[in-house]
Order: sequence, then structure tokens, then C-alpha cells
Amino acid sequence: MKPFDYQRAHGLGEAHQLLVADRARPIAGGTNLLDLMKLEVETPSALVDLNRLPLGGIEPRGEGLHIGALVSNSACAADPRIRSQYPVLARAILAGATFQLRNKATTGGNLCQRTRCYYFYDLAQACNKRAPGTGCAAVGGFNRIHAILGASDACIATYPGDMAVALSALDAAVEILDAKGDKRHVPVRDFHRLPGDTPERDNVLEPGDVITGVVLPAPVGGTQLYRKVRDRASYAFALVSVAAVVHLEDGVIARARLAFGGLAHKPWHDPRVEQLLEGQAPSDALFDEAAILLLDQARGQGSNDFKIPLTRRTLKAVLREATGGTL
Amino acid sequence: MPITINGVDHALDVDPRTSLLDFLRRDAGLTGTKKGCDHGQCGACTVLLNGQRINSCLTLAVMHDGDSVTTIEGLGTPDAPHPLQAAFVRHDGYQCGYCTPGQICSAKAMLDEIAAGWTSYVSDDVAGTPVLTGEEIRERMSGNVCRCGAYSNIVAAIAEVAGAQA
Repeated sequence: MKPFDYQRAHGLGEAHQLLVADRARPIAGGTNLLDLMKLEVETPSALVDLNRLPLGGIEPRGEGLHIGALVSNSACAADPRIRSQYPVLARAILAGATFQLRNKATTGGNLCQRTRCYYFYDLAQACNKRAPGTGCAAVGGFNRIHAILGASDACIATYPGDMAVALSALDAAVEILDAKGDKRHVPVRDFHRLPGDTPERDNVLEPGDVITGVVLPAPVGGTQLYRKVRDRASYAFALVSVAAVVHLEDGVIARARLAFGGLAHKPWHDPRVEQLLEGQAPSDALFDEAAILLLDQARGQGSNDFKIPLTRRTLKAVLREATGGTL
Repeated sequence: MPITINGVDHALDVDPRTSLLDFLRRDAGLTGTKKGCDHGQCGACTVLLNGQRINSCLTLAVMHDGDSVTTIEGLGTPDAPHPLQAAFVRHDGYQCGYCTPGQICSAKAMLDEIAAGWTSYVSDDVAGTPVLTGEEIRERMSGNVCRCGAYSNIVAAIAEVAGAQA
């Protein structure tokens, strides 16, 4: 690990001041950042420890909830309000990592976790995300875990998280305090970026920004599912995951909110699919149409071609379960 | 402020790069906690931080002044083993033993999590009260890898202490 200055922020103002320094990085749980620092994929000049900031609680906010940025993944998934009113979020969090990691991982840090692309991790390989301008060794390489939607010639990496997929389905917002002290809310659906020609930027955070929390809208009820398909039954990243919040009224899909993990550089949300489903009676033919629409721009990279039929089947299985059908 | 390890205070005068794991082993002389992968993938370094299980390889010692850490040395001794330690011996829940301290610290925290009502990915009702089945134990222990493959005996040892059916 490269040497760095360790600095502890005692207040938000101090955090902003420390974070605007060149190559300063915030640290909270550290479970992703320290792993990358050991490999020297990340080489910050300074680590700004945010753990003593007062961002730790889950509080009512309007008709919804405000989850502080330092709330651990474990605490969030164990909160009775999250478990009963936002079960898709609890399920998605519990689908990721292990109890050890979730005890340390935070709400803000989880949003910022970086891709698990093998070439991003390997300093001997070209990677536009790690070293802009060097190329992308994943294109034409081993790309079994890579993106089938929204990728660019510069980067085909995926966002690896589960929590943000559920937050996208719930249309939650990320609360951010900038270096001037101004607060803004960014929908989770707009927080992560597509790679384009600047894949080194995972999300819309600017230097000095601090995530202070996540705001959940009022509970919506419905049937809430999170299905994750992966190479082993536990402790693996998603090949494909689906977060679904579906309301069935009088035999018709009144409302459907869907988000997908493992497919793209960000949690994937396609309002066209939701519009197609809404107002329709559930049927296999309808679910086929939804899957075709979701995947109409999908493009495999060779090793990950299987993700296209896997996504289709997983979406159909989730929709069947959410509308009371058999698996 | 010092860090408290198994009830004893230790000064944190170390290079900021020092992981909690390296601090435990090198600076505090507590070599029961093991370094396996050093990347949070194997669980051999699992310790209890303020009562919760974590991977000690993926956190910096300097972040933990004022915190309380329990390692395998703090759970039991050869003369007075923790019930989980005794059950691992009884059920032969290891072969080489390298993962065992992490397995036992992890299992200790897992039983506390069940008592606190935490559900898991395999729980039928995420808002309900968890029931400790063999499937639940396997899901909840997936962060602890045993390269010798002693898993079935590990599950049996934990199930016995928890009073669950494996």
C-alpha cells in the first residue's frame, strides 16, 4: 500500500476542506477502498475518515425515511421500518457480501463501490477506468461478468452493488452536501453514470462532495422482490439481479417498478418496460414483450452473451412470482 | 484514546497503513487471529468489533481508538473454552485449523445476530423472526471459507450450541 496521510474529519465543514485536496479520498467502512489500496489500484494521497460525523441514524423524513450515510448495511437491513415497509431494500442488502462486510459497509460507501472488472483490478492490463486513455482489455478479453446495456467502446464494466438496485426501484434520492455547504438531492437513478468516454467517473459526485444520506419516499406497499442470479448461492456478485415492486389490482398490473443489477455501469432502469406492463393483465406473453423491450438494445461481448437470455428468464420469473403465478 | 483488545488497552502508535489484523498480530502479539487472503474474501481474520463481526484485514487500526475488540483469545482459554470452541472440538469442526478462530468468532456473532432478530437472504419473511435452520447457518457463515472442507462438522457444531437442527 502506498503511504497516505490519515485525517479524521470532526465536522462536515472540515470534511469538505480536507476532501478538496488533490487525490484525497473519503473513507467510512473501507471494505472496498482498502482492498483497492492494497492492490494499488487506488493510491490516494490522503484518507479523510468520516466515521465520527453525525450521519448514523435512520429518521422519518416527510412520509418516508432518511438513512444516514454512515448507517451500516447491517443496521439498515435490520431496521424494522425498512424490513416491513421497504422489504425490497432489506432483501437486496442481504443479498450482497457477508455479515462481516455488511457490518462495516455503509450506506454512502456502498453507493460508491467500484466495479469488479478483472482488468480494473490488474495493474498490468489496459483499463480506461483505472488509467484513462490506456484502452479496455475487457473488450475482446474475458468478459463474462460485463455489461450488456449502456456500455461504450471505452468501458464495458458493471456497477456491482445490490442495494442501489433496490433504491432505484424505490426511486430513492441521494442527499449530497457540496464543498460550499449547499445540499442537493440526486435521484439514485441519476447518481451513477454510463461510461461514455469518461469511465473513470463512476457517479456524479464532484470533488469535496459528501454523501450525507439516502432519502426513501413514502412506503408504496405492493409485492416487493429481489432476485439475484450468481455463480454460487451466497457471497458472490450478481450476474443478473432484479428488484421489483409490483401492485396487482383487480387482476391488472396497476403499478410496476423494476431495476436491474449486473447489466450495466449503473443500476438499470427502463421506464418503457414499466409503462408496457401497467394496465395490463399478467401473462407470459406480456412478460415476453417486457423482456424483449428491456433488451432491445442489449449487446453481448462474447463471454457474456448468456446474460441476455438469463435476464429475459429472470425478469419473467420475477414478474410471475410478483403477480401470484407459479415459478 | 487507546484501543481495547480483550479488555486490555493498547496505544495506537502505528503507521496509518497498519490494518487492524496486522495490529492484532504484530503489535498486540495476539496471533490467534489469522491472515488468509488479506482481502476480505476468506473470513480467517474475523474478530468482534464492539460486539459485531468484521474482517479485521479491511479496516485500519488508526480508525479504532476508543473501540473494543474481542479476538479468539478473548472468547475462551484451553482451560475454560467458549461453548463454541468445545463444540468445534467435539464435532471435529476443522482439519488444519487455520480458519477456525475466524469461524468461531463469526459463529459467536451470528448467534447474537439471531438473538437480535436479524434476518438473512434465505429467511422466508425478511420482516419476520429468524429461525436458525441448517440453511440459515450456511448462509450466515458464507463469509468464512474452510479450505479443508470441514463445513458439515462446522455447521453441526454451531447447530448444537444454538440448539438448532442442522
